[in-house]
Amino acid sequence: MATILSTPTKRTGTRWSAGKILMMVFLVFMLMFYLIPVYIMVMNGLKTADVVSFSRMWELPNRLTSGGYGQAWEKLSPNVLSSVSLVVPATVISGFLGSLNGYILSKWKFRGSDLLFTLMLFGMFIPYQSILIPLIKFLQSIGLYGTIWGLILVHVVYGLPFTTLIFRNYFASVPVELVEASRVDGAGLLQIFFQIMLPLSVPAFVVVGIFQFTNIWNEFLFGLTVITNPARQPITVALNNLSGSFSIEWNVVMAGAVLTALPTLLIYIILGKYFVRGIMAGSVKG
Amino acid sequence: MAAEIIAPQDVQASRAKRGRYDRLIGPLLLSPSVIALAIFVYGFIGMTVWISLSNWDTARMNLSLADPLLSVYDKLFNMTRFQINIRNTLIFTVFFLLLAVGLGLLFAVLLDQHIPGNALFRNVFLFPYALSFVVTGVAWRWIFNPETGLNLLMDVLGVNWFLGLFGAGPFAPKWITDPRVMGDLANIIPLPDGIKAQLGFPMAMLPVIIAAVWQLSGFAMAMYLSGLAAISDEVREAAALDGASTFQLYRDIIIPLLKPITISTMIILGHVSLKIFDLVFAMSGRGPGYATEVPGIFMFDKTFKVLEYNTGAAASVVMLVLVSLVIVPYLARSMKEV
Repeated sequence: MATILSTPTKRTGTRWSAGKILMMVFLVFMLMFYLIPVYIMVMNGLKTADVVSFSRMWELPNRLTSGGYGQAWEKLSPNVLSSVSLVVPATVISGFLGSLNGYILSKWKFRGSDLLFTLMLFGMFIPYQSILIPLIKFLQSIGLYGTIWGLILVHVVYGLPFTTLIFRNYFASVPVELVEASRVDGAGLLQIFFQIMLPLSVPAFVVVGIFQFTNIWNEFLFGLTVITNPARQPITVALNNLSGSFSIEWNVVMAGAVLTALPTLLIYIILGKYFVRGIMAGSVKG
Repeated sequence: MAAEIIAPQDVQASRAKRGRYDRLIGPLLLSPSVIALAIFVYGFIGMTVWISLSNWDTARMNLSLADPLLSVYDKLFNMTRFQINIRNTLIFTVFFLLLAVGLGLLFAVLLDQHIPGNALFRNVFLFPYALSFVVTGVAWRWIFNPETGLNLLMDVLGVNWFLGLFGAGPFAPKWITDPRVMGDLANIIPLPDGIKAQLGFPMAMLPVIIAAVWQLSGFAMAMYLSGLAAISDEVREAAALDGASTFQLYRDIIIPLLKPITISTMIILGHVSLKIFDLVFAMSGRGPGYATEVPGIFMFDKTFKVLEYNTGAAASVVMLVLVSLVIVPYLARSMKEV
């Protein structure tokens, strides 16, 4: 092993100096530390109720079964359904509105439009506690309190700053000549949007889709306060209820945590490249 | 643009008409979003501020203004519990930022060295960012349970046996159940009379900080990696020609060049930590002696459990002010750069 490692590798042309070995040891140690929660959740979720215990939480399951996953799915499936029926429309609507806003704010600037955009962006950063009481009163007054439609509305509106930001930065990089040329040909604002900009903006839609899906799936405060019926609450709220309940075995809680994490984790694994791109785009400047 | 085509008179006229029509339709199409945000952000904030100044402290709505006007805030800031909340938020923010940004930079710089398995490390360090704070809280809560979790792992791995050889006790921190607050700012500088909370480090906060760092250090790493990718090879080559060591290259040239990334990362992560709620709610809640309670939890408790709406609203306004101190200058600066 040592002799193999000490020969310079052709690809990088670097040698295994003491410093490099030290870096590797540190990185491997951190890698294991970062995987601890994954190990605990997956392994304990796979244990059956009779063997799961806190004193043996680091041990592997003694036999291969579905462990707590069956029961976790039974308990959480209504909430998974609730989360899906929330996330899909909220992502699509806020994404579409954001693309239209971003297009106008980048290609059809008017007096004060930059200030307006900045004022819209502020909504992305506020602690939602500071709007929560009037929001709930408002939803009660229009009859949407406690319904999934109310929660969709909330996520569409508070998602707008983010989706507008991503599309505005994306469209800003589209050459202005493209818009000018279509205007010479007599195309109007909406025609240019639907015929030229929308087909161009698939990458931006992917980024917005990933992030809105992830943000809304993972959200907790609105789900907790806008929906009161536990069977209809989103998955994150249901998971928290599950983990706080003393009558439920721990293997079910860990399996439930894996179920909650799985959709966003899959998106990250499959579309990781766009994920990183979105992180950069989301840091306001573009 | 410069070489404007000379179009026939009528085409030019219709284009001008079209242009004027489009100038109107732009703001018109924007208006639903603008109106919605005006109500949901600014209108609701205004109403929350009003509620925080009102007498509404029972289930029955009462929007009459308090006398004196700021009496709710006066009560809030004199509450030991809320002082502890503010202390916790600031301690959490400072230590979380130092660790998450520091570790993110370290990961990025190390992965910049063409280490084998680069992609594996990068993906593992970043994946927690995709998870919900609730999942993070539920998982780490048991890892930092003093009866099991890490303490048990140390026992299994023989660390306690090793410590025993030196006469040291077993490794058994009380983690999220530790009520101790280490140190007191009052011993260093004289504090005003009104401060009743002990301004030290709440030990129970440490596991929450570690969980938050686990979740968000990958974000800092990704920001730095993109910054490093933008630094041209010529900079590195020039430094190498000048005889700079790798360490000097990073300390004197690359890390200073990454300053804008550091600022953006600090602001984004800083505002997340100032309004932290989900993670604490799922992981430790109030903690022993409010050791892990933050204003977000306090607001939820006052508003939805005790129905003291004015106190809950005031706490949320304090949160908004804290976040705005960080975000408003950032937004103002980025607007100027547009």
